[in-house]
Amino acid sequence: MSIAATFEIEFLQYLDADGKLVRDDLPAIARDIRQLVELYKEMLFVRVFDAKAVALQRTGKLGTYASCLGHEAAHVAIGSAMQEDDVFAPMYREYGAQFHRGVKPREVLLYWGGDERGSDFSGPAHDFAWCVPIATQCLHAAGSALAFKVRKEPRVAVTVVGDGGSSKGDFYGAINVAGAMQLPLVAVIVNNQWAISVPRTMQTGAKTLAQKGIAAGLECLQVDGNDLIAMRAAMDHAIKRARHGHGGMVIEAVTYRLSDHTTADDARRYRPDDEVKAAWAREPLKRMKAYLMSLNAWTEKEDEDWKAECATRVDAEVNAYLETKSQPTAAMFDYTWGELPADLVAQRAEALAADKAAH
Amino acid sequence: MAQITLIEAVTQALAHEMKSDPSVVVLGEDVGVNGGVFRATVGLQDKFGAERVIDTPLDELTIAGLTVGLAAQGMKPVAEAQFEGFIYPMMEHIACHAARLRTRTRGRMTCPAVFRAPWGGGIRAPEHHSEANEHLFTNIPGIRVVLPSSPGRAYGLLLAAIRDPDPVVFLEPKRIYRQYKEEVADDGEALPLDVCFVLRDGSDVTLVTWGAQVKETLEAADALANEGISAEVIDVATLKPLDFDTIHESVRKTGRCVIVHEAPRTAGFGAEIAARLAEHAMYDLVAPVERVTGYDTHIPLYRLEMKYLPSVERIVAAAKRTLAAS
Repeated sequence: MSIAATFEIEFLQYLDADGKLVRDDLPAIARDIRQLVELYKEMLFVRVFDAKAVALQRTGKLGTYASCLGHEAAHVAIGSAMQEDDVFAPMYREYGAQFHRGVKPREVLLYWGGDERGSDFSGPAHDFAWCVPIATQCLHAAGSALAFKVRKEPRVAVTVVGDGGSSKGDFYGAINVAGAMQLPLVAVIVNNQWAISVPRTMQTGAKTLAQKGIAAGLECLQVDGNDLIAMRAAMDHAIKRARHGHGGMVIEAVTYRLSDHTTADDARRYRPDDEVKAAWAREPLKRMKAYLMSLNAWTEKEDEDWKAECATRVDAEVNAYLETKSQPTAAMFDYTWGELPADLVAQRAEALAADKAAH
Repeated sequence: MAQITLIEAVTQALAHEMKSDPSVVVLGEDVGVNGGVFRATVGLQDKFGAERVIDTPLDELTIAGLTVGLAAQGMKPVAEAQFEGFIYPMMEHIACHAARLRTRTRGRMTCPAVFRAPWGGGIRAPEHHSEANEHLFTNIPGIRVVLPSSPGRAYGLLLAAIRDPDPVVFLEPKRIYRQYKEEVADDGEALPLDVCFVLRDGSDVTLVTWGAQVKETLEAADALANEGISAEVIDVATLKPLDFDTIHESVRKTGRCVIVHEAPRTAGFGAEIAARLAEHAMYDLVAPVERVTGYDTHIPLYRLEMKYLPSVERIVAAAKRTLAAS
């Protein structure tokens, strides 16, 4: 028998669930303790924000909201590993990455609060907005990467897709073309084990999601997505090689969706409490806090103080969101085209007249 | 000045824009070395290189998604769907993203992309190679739908489509790709994307059409003229946004309208024109509006396809019915 090809998928982890190092060949990020503290603080901020957003939805002050509970390490690692002129093409719950890139919490709230201006955000103008049609963002990232290649710009496109999204043709198409054209694309599969109610095991017969990149000719890596250090090390590696023309990469971040899919979902209908309880034991903040405390880089008091500070900052963002007046009716027309065609000018006038008549 | 066919006019327009604007790229299946299965992109890769005339993997979904990504990052991609019958996998990216980027982001991001596709039947092609589905795009907010029917209009409208800041679905009537040649100066002069073309003046009946049916409709106008009936012929060419004023002005004069298109009748774009006539031209009309269209069937395989496509005879008969009615 002759072998046509072989492959293996490395699993990368530095911190175990208790925050203890499992290997000592630490990556650059782990040697920068001050930055680790800052990233931990970002994770904590996202968690405080997320809980507040869910509470706003429960009290009727926000529309359907997609929580990021449990994904904080993966998201903060992605955002912090990127440069400003790289392009981010998220799905719809990567707030940790987006905050790092300058998107404001009030803009996230505006989007889920039914106002398009949330997507005209303060992050980089070339970043894509939230993408609801599953996995389609992967191809937009690939197209962005192709633009960089055509223009010979040393930029990287980073996209995030879920375990469910990795079943879609858009994901396969994106990694396939990235391999065929050697595009600077980093595709992160945030595998949180559940696509609404369908478990990871029902998405594919593949042993890992990372290995999907093998078929596309990309470098692939499975990472403990709850381990900030491992996630950052993986992202730093992927972005560096993509930026230097060595092609794309698929990273599977293994994590767990500790929340419902969105606030419109009730996960108790389809997944056992025991599983969720076990996942809480592996969640990303606890281990990072323990690790930083073991280094004497963080204290319980600092943790409490920072949480209080996060609450204050989030409250200010929530207030800014709640005080934002709705757009005028005309706004639904004004961005449909660069220049409104006559038909739409007439329909716009019709809508404004209906408005006036209603008052 | 060169005499060129409709497809050569497409090539000429692409080459002109690629030369004048480095952000224009062409992508699709077989568009590079092979120059496209209909030769629309022939010679472009030699002139502009493989980085700008891009052979993609064989996946329409990939082509459409890449196109959105390219356009969002400041390129002006011209994507080719090899046949319009293969455009369905592209529709999610066209409808959900290309058409929405501007409004989704309140103008922060735009999608100045062109999605080209050889369109329509009548070339004895296999199944799925003869579709006419322009009406599937005209209902999508935020995109233009253009369907040229002469070399000159193909050149001027494609230039305009590439330069437009919003996405354009540009459908090319492949049956008349090489029907005739005309002089088309490579002068970079674009045509407006929201004005119908009056191809023939007339006073008794208005024949409204687009795409390859312009050929049969003009022949029908000749046949009617032989019987003393004066038909005005309008090529809509830019379906969305629709220049209804030109159609209305004609119907004010003739009082009669026959709409001709090869797509299926129900909810075809002719229905929109008929509805607007009902809304705005009811008292100008002296006869019911007639539609001569493809039937509400799938276009048959090629032995029967000419029975499906509107014929000169069907158009003439419809025009005469409008005259008999008043």
